[in-house]
Amino acid sequence: MTAIEAWELRKTYRGNVRALDGLSLRVEPGTILGLLGPNGAGKSTAVKILTTLSRADSGEARVVGVDVAREPDRVRRSIGVVGQKPGLDAEATGRENLAMQAELYGLVGASRRTRVEELLERLGLAEAADRLAKTYSGGMQRRLDIALGLVHEPKVLFLDEPTTGLDPEARTDLWREIEQLAGDEEITILLTTHYLEEADRLASELVIVDRGRTVAQGTPDELKNALRGDTVQIELTESADGNAAAAVSRVSGLSELAVDGRRVRARAANGAAAIPSIISALEHSGLAVASATIARPSLDDVYFQHAGRSFQQADDERTEVAA
Amino acid sequence: MTPLRHTWQVALRYIRALLRQPAWIGISLVQPVIWLLLFGALFRRTADIPGFTSGSYIDFLTPGVVVMLAVSAAGWVGMGFIEDINRGTMDRLLVSPIWRGALNLGSVAQSVLSIVIQSVIVIVLSLAVGAHFHNGVAGAAVLVAVAALLGAVFASLSNGVAVLTRQRETLIGIVTMVTLPLTFLSSALMQQSLLPGWMQEVAKFNPVNWAADAGRSAASANADWGLIASRTGFLALLLVASAAFATRAFNSYQRSI
Repeated sequence: MTAIEAWELRKTYRGNVRALDGLSLRVEPGTILGLLGPNGAGKSTAVKILTTLSRADSGEARVVGVDVAREPDRVRRSIGVVGQKPGLDAEATGRENLAMQAELYGLVGASRRTRVEELLERLGLAEAADRLAKTYSGGMQRRLDIALGLVHEPKVLFLDEPTTGLDPEARTDLWREIEQLAGDEEITILLTTHYLEEADRLASELVIVDRGRTVAQGTPDELKNALRGDTVQIELTESADGNAAAAVSRVSGLSELAVDGRRVRARAANGAAAIPSIISALEHSGLAVASATIARPSLDDVYFQHAGRSFQQADDERTEVAA
Repeated sequence: MTPLRHTWQVALRYIRALLRQPAWIGISLVQPVIWLLLFGALFRRTADIPGFTSGSYIDFLTPGVVVMLAVSAAGWVGMGFIEDINRGTMDRLLVSPIWRGALNLGSVAQSVLSIVIQSVIVIVLSLAVGAHFHNGVAGAAVLVAVAALLGAVFASLSNGVAVLTRQRETLIGIVTMVTLPLTFLSSALMQQSLLPGWMQEVAKFNPVNWAADAGRSAASANADWGLIASRTGFLALLLVASAAFATRAFNSYQRSI
């Protein structure tokens, strides 16, 4: 049975804000699916619909084979959710938080106590178990949130931007934790992120979302290999937007040319062979080159290919709108 | 069984938070105590007004103050929901298989508990300044129960409004606009037969007045048990309606996110 399936999910918020515009995805059991997209792409809305928190205007979704709109309570029993905002009760201790969550899923008495202790131990919270959650560090709070999502041993775990706001060390710790979950416990994980690095490292399968739609799905390697060729990046000694673009566009065999300040980026079937002609074209126009690099396609390139703009640019645009 | 267990879990959460800040009960007692001691002393001569047949003013006022404290304490209960929604705790509960009614009823249970504690303190204080409870502990217990019932109604309404608006400012505005007029349009501070005619008419439909009448009757020498039963019944019906409203408010919230 497929762990998660969604067809053509659409949702428009009040004020005509279109969050989802036909998002479809499919997650096989035991995998980590990364839902990758810039801020505002519709990732969180998708998670809210799949976890029965919100409802789609149209489309259909099933989690562990159960329709989320028709039988939300059955879906709720088999999923764990770690939302973008902390779900923990800051005025209660870690142990109290877990005990309440366990009760809500019907775990009582000795089995509840055992499970709570197990999770405290597993997520490194045993020592802090009797402290109020509001005294926890950011990383500890996130781990408690994950523990809350795992109390009832869900088949599917949703992690909405799990590492946002964490310092680099806490982020790496959490990555290890997530990898372990998928490895040992054979749990299916759907993880949303707007960090390319995180998606690359954790996800066995990626769905790239842009403006509420699925623009690509595949393993990170598949997606990268589908982009034949290398990325060539030239750094100029000084910024020259128009001139540089005009100069490089005369070189044949290049695609996806982008100039941003001192940086010129393009795709070439053979990067090493293209560099001399690019440099000579630039110098011919009186532009001095500071450095040149060739890179295998990255997820950033994959996103660029499918969404028609760079990931960073999309992320920034959206943040500006939000601000 | 499950509804009860879930309600208890939610209640336990709020009760624990309350017990961790017991000073809060003291702070919320300041107002009722001022009403009881200062207002009671200020208007002591009310008892001399021709047609005032309720004995001493402090006897009359005490049930009114108990009812008032229930309304004003319960009005703010929705603040907890707004906080839970903003923090994300509510969303976590909503994606769990929790019985939906437990969210409101658990929070109401905490509010009722704190109203009972405050009412008992106010009653003890009123005895110290000379108030009489003619039917002893039973009368006082009915007063507390009626106040708690009224508090449960207002706590549910507050929760429902909180979920629908999700704005502290809006909730503060509504609570302020509703509670004071409802208190003045009741017999909480003045014998009903001495109110202006139109106020007496309005008071008939005012739940605060139902509770004040029933609570006062229970404490008086000639308690009217028929009136107490009917007013308690009205309040119970209102509680069912307001709890349903608060629980259904989540549907609207979930559609909007």
